[in-house]
Amino acid sequence: MNFDDAQLNRRQFLTLGISGATSLALAACAGSSNTDGGNSESSASSANATAAGTKIGLICLHDENSPYDLNFINCFKEAASNLGIADSDAMIKTNIPEGQECYDAAADFADAGCSVIFADSFGHEDYMIQAAKEFPEVHFCHATGTKAHTEGLDNYHNAFASIYEGRFLAGVAAGLKLQEMIDAGQISADAAKIGYVGAYTYAEVVSGYTSFYLGARHIVPEATMDVTFTGSWYDETAEKEGATKLINGGCVLISQHADSMGAPTACENANIPNVSYNGSTVNACPNTFIISSRINWVPYYEYAVNQAKTGGSIEADWTGTIDTGSVMLTDINEKVAAAGTMEKIEEVKAQLLDGSLHVYDTSSFSVDGKNLDSYMADVDTDPAYEADTEVIADGYFHESEYRSAPYFDLQIDGINLLDTAF
Amino acid sequence: MIHISKRKEMPLWQSLSIRLAAIVVALIVCGIITTTMTGLNPLEVYASMVKGAFGSPRKVWILLQELALLLCVSVALTPAFRMRFWNLGGEGQILVGCLASAACMIAIGDKLPNPLLIFIMLLWSLAAGALWAVIPAYFKARWNTNETLFTLMMNYVATQLVAYFVIVWEVPKGSGNIGIINQTTEAGWFAQIAGNKYLLNILLVAALTVAMYIYLNYSKHGYEISVVGESVNTARYVGIKVERVILRTLLLSGAICGFAGLLLVAGTNHTLTTTLAGGRGFTAVMVTWLAKFNPLVMIASSLLLVFMGNGAAEISTAFALNQSFGDILTGIILFFIIGSEFFITYKLSFSSHDKQTNQATLATTAMKEA
Repeated sequence: MNFDDAQLNRRQFLTLGISGATSLALAACAGSSNTDGGNSESSASSANATAAGTKIGLICLHDENSPYDLNFINCFKEAASNLGIADSDAMIKTNIPEGQECYDAAADFADAGCSVIFADSFGHEDYMIQAAKEFPEVHFCHATGTKAHTEGLDNYHNAFASIYEGRFLAGVAAGLKLQEMIDAGQISADAAKIGYVGAYTYAEVVSGYTSFYLGARHIVPEATMDVTFTGSWYDETAEKEGATKLINGGCVLISQHADSMGAPTACENANIPNVSYNGSTVNACPNTFIISSRINWVPYYEYAVNQAKTGGSIEADWTGTIDTGSVMLTDINEKVAAAGTMEKIEEVKAQLLDGSLHVYDTSSFSVDGKNLDSYMADVDTDPAYEADTEVIADGYFHESEYRSAPYFDLQIDGINLLDTAF
Repeated sequence: MIHISKRKEMPLWQSLSIRLAAIVVALIVCGIITTTMTGLNPLEVYASMVKGAFGSPRKVWILLQELALLLCVSVALTPAFRMRFWNLGGEGQILVGCLASAACMIAIGDKLPNPLLIFIMLLWSLAAGALWAVIPAYFKARWNTNETLFTLMMNYVATQLVAYFVIVWEVPKGSGNIGIINQTTEAGWFAQIAGNKYLLNILLVAALTVAMYIYLNYSKHGYEISVVGESVNTARYVGIKVERVILRTLLLSGAICGFAGLLLVAGTNHTLTTTLAGGRGFTAVMVTWLAKFNPLVMIASSLLLVFMGNGAAEISTAFALNQSFGDILTGIILFFIIGSEFFITYKLSFSSHDKQTNQATLATTAMKEA
């Protein structure tokens, strides 16, 4: 609605300083390329630089003032430059709503000669499919979507990353912070309550907060978590209010899965430690930011463009992992994080990589007091939400294997949903 | 002394050249701002705006389709505005129209043949839009409540109502997203004419615009609207039932907004979101004012706004500037165009005293009237 948009623009304008700082921070962490992204970048830039002349397009729901979209934009530009694609051939359309405008934007990119077109928002999916049917010679790659594996189009693809592993590692950092507070006598172990601001109640968010919580519980078994939802991917006021509500309700650490600076800002104001998402918020929140997980889309963009360039096929569902360099953690904020956090994260990461530890190990969580040995998930999207695929085997929940987008939607014990209106 | 006096009717060529001069000055100011703030060549920026709006057949169709939707809403608001009833609820009236259409597509999409289904969608969306407008109209007619605030508040109610139904119909559950409705069956979708997605919308709105022009200028209803707009007391004196005119006109205004909702859902987007109206209910206020409530002139004023909107988006893609920069340029251009209306309506004279006194008194009266 117009008035919401107007408010949004005003807010964005007011927070331009903060966002500017964030973008600097993001640019910094992209530059220093952190701990786990280095290998992918070097391999990519040497193998490529052959895609010059290829045109690619990116469709974004918001613009660079939203950390979520900024992450896509930065990755897109980085991939283009690694591939040797000129700036004028790597086109970006921002502020494209989840409606016919997305189809129009995609079709316009196709007219302009793009061979691969990317979109960044869940609601863009159906319009990307519509465009894919009309332009069979162009590849349409949609991040976070769920329908590519059932749609049966050769030129329509979904992509995501096993970000639940990244969130699990970020949860480990949160758990260490909780442990530090317990050891310092600031809180008792049973008061180790985390707060989480989510956007919507569907699997992408559920999978995210559950893995984060399991990461924290990996360190502090007594930890509990309250979750609240805003019903929007980008609503700075609601996210700030949600975080404040959680803090007032006794949460001693906050994380979020929504796209604005609302929750981190509320944490900085209340001096409550925050584990962020999409990118570092350390410049705006120097006293409370611990660490952030984010999806690095560069490996996927390079993969898709290279496949299109060489005439190869692109997987219907592509899931980036820690291994591909798609799941990343930003630099840690030593000022806030507990001592030894980096070492512990490296240790747990090694366990995840060698398969000795699984995020959704069925022995590590229970539903209604019971450990699960079987669960049918709704992997094929349909209006009836019909459960169609067995996803528990070998003692763990196989997330992001049967399609790239998350489908973990179990309500596990220890997590308390304050509201489920959305 | 500066005297401001109201002009008599200005010849068309003169008023057009004042407007043209305003646009030229606006472009110069925009050029200075562009160069100082971004270091870009303003001519290249303007060229990319034109390219963004007219650069390919598809871009022209998108422009025409956007133009049609904005024009439809502007045409809807016009009868109310002519009556000096400030209907700021266009946004909400469109949204309930969208809601009604989407509800039909979801509930009975697979049960009826398409023409019948679309006819039912038409009825419901007209009814929904009309209802949303007639509630504030009734309160205005009955108790003289403030229609500006009332219609504005109705927007929020409509948005929340749509937000509620989005959650009822969302796929997958919890995602807050309905997606394209009936994507495989295309039930409730407008037919394509000559293989073009947007032509039907454009033709419908063109017909509607002409019809509204005739209704306002050559029908008894249109005359009554004008009289009520000029003076409620005069209208009562000549025997016009003011309350009835208010209700009837707002039923029409709301119904056409609801029709715009139908075009958005059945014609283009085939989905339902809270942002579907896209601010057109408010942008249309500017379109109608710029056109002085003349439906045919609105074609030009909505073309101007849609052109600048599409052009601004192209600037952000072509020069990697934030879209806000395009919006700044649009704002400057609109400022000058609206400002030029002052010089068309009034005359500035820089004389010392004597002969202007009479006109100055006239001007004061004119200002009061305005």
